[in-house]
Amino acid sequence: MDAPTPAGPVARPGEPAPWCGQCGEDLTEADHARCVRAAPLEPPRYCAHCRRRMVVQVIPGTWTATCSRHGSVEQPTWG
Amino acid sequence: MTAQATGTDILDVAREQVLERGVPLTHEQVVAVLRTDDDRLEDLLALAHEVRMRYQGPDVEVEGIVSLKTGGCPEDCHFCSQSGQFTSPVRSVWLNIPQLVRAAEQTAATGASEFCIVAAVRGPDERLMAQMREGVAAIKAAVDIEVAASLGMLTQEQVDDLADMGVHRYNHNLEAGRSYFPQVVTTHSFDERLDTCRMVKESGMELCCGGLVGMGETIEQRAELAVQLAELEPHEVPLNFLNPRPGTPFGDLEPMGSSDALRTIAAFRLALPRTILRYAGGRELTLGDLGTRDGLLGGINAVIVGNYLTTLGRDPKEDLALLDELQMPIKALNETL
Ligand code: SF4
Ligand SMILES: [Zn+2]
Ligand SMILES: [Zn+2]
Repeated sequence: MDAPTPAGPVARPGEPAPWCGQCGEDLTEADHARCVRAAPLEPPRYCAHCRRRMVVQVIPGTWTATCSRHGSVEQPTWG
Repeated sequence: MTAQATGTDILDVAREQVLERGVPLTHEQVVAVLRTDDDRLEDLLALAHEVRMRYQGPDVEVEGIVSLKTGGCPEDCHFCSQSGQFTSPVRSVWLNIPQLVRAAEQTAATGASEFCIVAAVRGPDERLMAQMREGVAAIKAAVDIEVAASLGMLTQEQVDDLADMGVHRYNHNLEAGRSYFPQVVTTHSFDERLDTCRMVKESGMELCCGGLVGMGETIEQRAELAVQLAELEPHEVPLNFLNPRPGTPFGDLEPMGSSDALRTIAAFRLALPRTILRYAGGRELTLGDLGTRDGLLGGINAVIVGNYLTTLGRDPKEDLALLDELQMPIKALNETL
């Protein structure tokens, strides 16, 4: 996996993703050092495209985050 | 007369009392252990490990957990991101039955013998009990694993129903010692928690009952939790280290330091020599990789593998490799039956 970014999943790679998936703030403005540190142990809670709070389901080996507008992303947490 | 009053070293006292005679430490003695200096930590952990090996053996019980109903809980446990009373980013959601079975399969694939289904509720309603009935049956039909549950406070009828479904263990934590509890939860009482714990024990289900440390409690209050747990004689004690959640009243507390966390593990082992002592939430943050190993060599004999309810865990392969290296076999399923 790539280095953790606070943006979380980008459900639609072609679209702008200006929001931090961890804290929901603007990625270019607030300080996201804590979000970057948290990312390996925290699923994203905010949609990177629209900042909506996502519905997040964590099960032992995967998590799924769903934005009502931008859809769902599922990621395994172990290989 | 106490160890301190006579000037006797608390570790010598613990060795003779707990290791040799199997008598748990008292409140005062747990306080003394929690007050030992960092330069005694290695000896303390070694003693706690000896106690664990003598009374529990080398096996480690491995468990996975899953949240059946996440968020929107009416209670106000100040550490919890699932309370509907705080501005936490966790949204309410239910897991469906196929997802629940998939979670049990993922857990079983790690070699775990236990799968615990958790719901963020004050206590179960009809809908949750129906979901449990269907879910437990589906898991038992598809996956070779023991099913445990944690659904808040129960009525006697619900205790009986869960036992009938084949739930073999029920988790209901004290969360904190009695004197600190009102600073942690205001929507229900410590005694209400005890009532459910006692009903579970009487039903013949195994009681899993633990709590959290690092919530701002004093050393005395931390010791109180250990001895009040010991009085209940649970089958298992899950030990959580506060992972401060954004938006909760405890969200700005600093995570506990690793020496303190390890001292706490050893002290709990010496207060609970014959109980399964499980690493539950917060170990990744508080202890990291090195501390995880130290805790397994300092009294811990059970782990949760994989992800938690709303946060992520380490790769189970790393935990399992560590157990292998420490020559601690995973407790087999048939040994828990
Ligand atoms: S009862 Fe459980 S889910 Fe509800 S707030 Fe307390 S710890 Fe969280
Ligand atoms: Zn951020
Ligand atoms: Zn969105």
